Amino acid sequence: MDVAWFLVVSALIFCIGAAGVLTRRNPLVVLLCLELMLNAGNLALISFSRMHGSGDGQIFALIVMVIAACEVVVGLGLIVGMYRRRLPVDVDAMSELRG
Amino acid sequence: MSATTYGWLILAFPLAGMTVNALGWKLIGGRTAGWIATAAIFGSFLSALGALADMLDHHEEERIFTDALFTYAETAGFKAELGILVDPLSLFMCLVVSGVSTLIHLYSVAYLESDEGYSRYFAYLNYFVFSMLLLVLAGNLLILIIGWAFVGAASYLLISFWYRRNTATAAGTKAFVINVLGDVGLVIGAFLLFSETGALDWAGVFEGSRDAFTTNDGTLVAACLMILVGAFAKSAQLPLHTWLADAMEGPTPVSALIHAATMVTAGVYLIARTHPLFEQAPAAADVAAIVGTATLLFAASVALVVTDLKRIIAYSTISQIGYMVLGVAVFAYGAGLFHLMTHAFFKALLFMGAGSIIGAMGGIQSIDRMGGFRRAMPFTFVTFTIGALALSGFPLLSGFFSKDEILAFTLNRGGWYVVLAVLAYVAAGVTAFYSFRMVFRVFFGEPVPEARELEGGHIAHHDPANPMTGEPEDTDVGFPGPEHHIAEREWPMKVAMGTLAALAIVGGAVAVPGLTDTLEKFLEPTFHESRHIEEHPSDAAEYMGLAVGALIGITGIFVAYLLYIRRPGRTLALRERFRGVHDFLERKWYWDELIDAAFVRPARAAGNAGRTVVESVLVQGVIVGGATGAVRAATSLARTLQSGYLRAYVLLLFAGAGLLTLYFLIAAS
Repeated sequence: MDVAWFLVVSALIFCIGAAGVLTRRNPLVVLLCLELMLNAGNLALISFSRMHGSGDGQIFALIVMVIAACEVVVGLGLIVGMYRRRLPVDVDAMSELRG
Repeated sequence: MSATTYGWLILAFPLAGMTVNALGWKLIGGRTAGWIATAAIFGSFLSALGALADMLDHHEEERIFTDALFTYAETAGFKAELGILVDPLSLFMCLVVSGVSTLIHLYSVAYLESDEGYSRYFAYLNYFVFSMLLLVLAGNLLILIIGWAFVGAASYLLISFWYRRNTATAAGTKAFVINVLGDVGLVIGAFLLFSETGALDWAGVFEGSRDAFTTNDGTLVAACLMILVGAFAKSAQLPLHTWLADAMEGPTPVSALIHAATMVTAGVYLIARTHPLFEQAPAAADVAAIVGTATLLFAASVALVVTDLKRIIAYSTISQIGYMVLGVAVFAYGAGLFHLMTHAFFKALLFMGAGSIIGAMGGIQSIDRMGGFRRAMPFTFVTFTIGALALSGFPLLSGFFSKDEILAFTLNRGGWYVVLAVLAYVAAGVTAFYSFRMVFRVFFGEPVPEARELEGGHIAHHDPANPMTGEPEDTDVGFPGPEHHIAEREWPMKVAMGTLAALAIVGGAVAVPGLTDTLEKFLEPTFHESRHIEEHPSDAAEYMGLAVGALIGITGIFVAYLLYIRRPGRTLALRERFRGVHDFLERKWYWDELIDAAFVRPARAAGNAGRTVVESVLVQGVIVGGATGAVRAATSLARTLQSGYLRAYVLLLFAGAGLLTLYFLIAAS
């Protein structure tokens, strides 16, 4: 199968994820969408790896998964913390860094 | 044991006593703290006696011992070590300091019994004696400066001992500031000497200065003047004397110990110790002689009109130290140190008597409120009168020999020194007068209610009040506490006063002109290289001086008798007649006001200007305000981008990434 198909799927998933990050206000969903974007990247990496016939891309994808797992841990921890402190679970409400 | 081993022991005892009292105050109850402290100082005294015995075993030329515990630092041309010097001069000072201190500790055991800070007091007192002995035994300039600063700190702690009394804390601060001024002078002097001679230890400094300087060399005179600043601050000489009278805020035994017998004589000791420098810079010595004479006249005149009992004795102390400074400044070291010793005896005695009287008065210190205590307190009366007689220079008492010895030496110098001697004789008459002003007004006349109460066997109590301002204060801060003691009833106080009274009577025996020269002989190894050791007034001249001194002293006492016993009330008329003079003296020649106007107020004005102009306008407004304003203006665009909305950032990120991609696509095609 042509590598273009995989890249089209990957681009689609990435755009869905990016749209989710941009439009959703619930941090849990934002996190989910981030995962989508990361995995879209993974898919692209693996596709290119197969195209070139080298294993480097796959190793890269594995590392991205590890990083993604870490990121989820931190992100979920933040969200749990927000619940505990009874803060509104809304990314727009957290705008203290306004200059 | 060798003399230096004894020297280390002299230092170790008070240090140990201080540590025990300071750390174990919770465990030590009752009078134990006082006894521990007294025993520690007595141990020092015994060690000093041991050192004396060892020293007398040696031949006269071999009576200077040095020893070092360890070396702090050693580099090329510089060696700093923890060293002591035991020679006749330092040992003499050790004996006087530890001996008188033992008696004052003994007195304090009873005097301060009802005080909350009993253990703290004795820890401070031991710390003071340790510092003083360190100063005296210091083998080099470095240790001397350490001891010098320690003594100032101890004095601060003890003056502010009743720390809830505002006047006491202010007096402590004043004493500390003026003492630090002296420390700075001493340090600068030490730097000058070190940079020219390259040595820190005494022998090296003296040796080096002999090679490095000619007579009255500018640098040497400057160094000596700087040393004099230190000496004057510690010894309360003009114009750095104002702290001593205020230091009477401390407990009375502290006044006796620090502000009469020991600490204030440190300046005299310093001049005697650095005598080779002053002999090479006679100009500086002349400055000291003139300042000493001015001080003794000034302080004696103020003591005429002050009404606070302790402050009269304080001004008398300033005046007597003026005599000592004059003595060592005209190179009469034996005489100056002799007066230092006898003065320690009778002045400590006078302060102890004053403490006893103030106890009987329930804390009141004004002699206007006192009178007729002769029958109520016979023991205090006798000992206080002995002290006053010795101070007046009454024939055959200790002060008689020592003061006139100084004046005989001064006269012997001839030239304009005769003027100084005449002025000092005038002040001697004034001294006799104010001494007996105290005696007659406190012990004679109609007994005051407090005296009657005491005759009935009961000690007077008043509501606790600050003796200076009259403000009421806590019972547990300041004397007298709820249970206070006076000399008549407490044996430790009686023993201390009795011993000092005996010493005040016979203390002169160590240097009767023509008969005994024990003291001078003993001190000779320290001063044997002095150029002036042979300049000695003849016995006839000395006896002449003694006769004149006796006449002046007795005249002063007689005038006081006329004014206060024969014609009481006459002084009030005199005061009215010479209102201006009286006010001038009562305000202490306006020294406090002068210093206030010359230094304190300009400094305060400068500080205010700094706060209002420099700080708030220049620093806050221009520098800080300008910098923040510039940054704020420069970053206003960047700040509008920081909306705080996470999704806006993400959009920017994506837009940026998209634009970059677009750019690369266009660039690649």
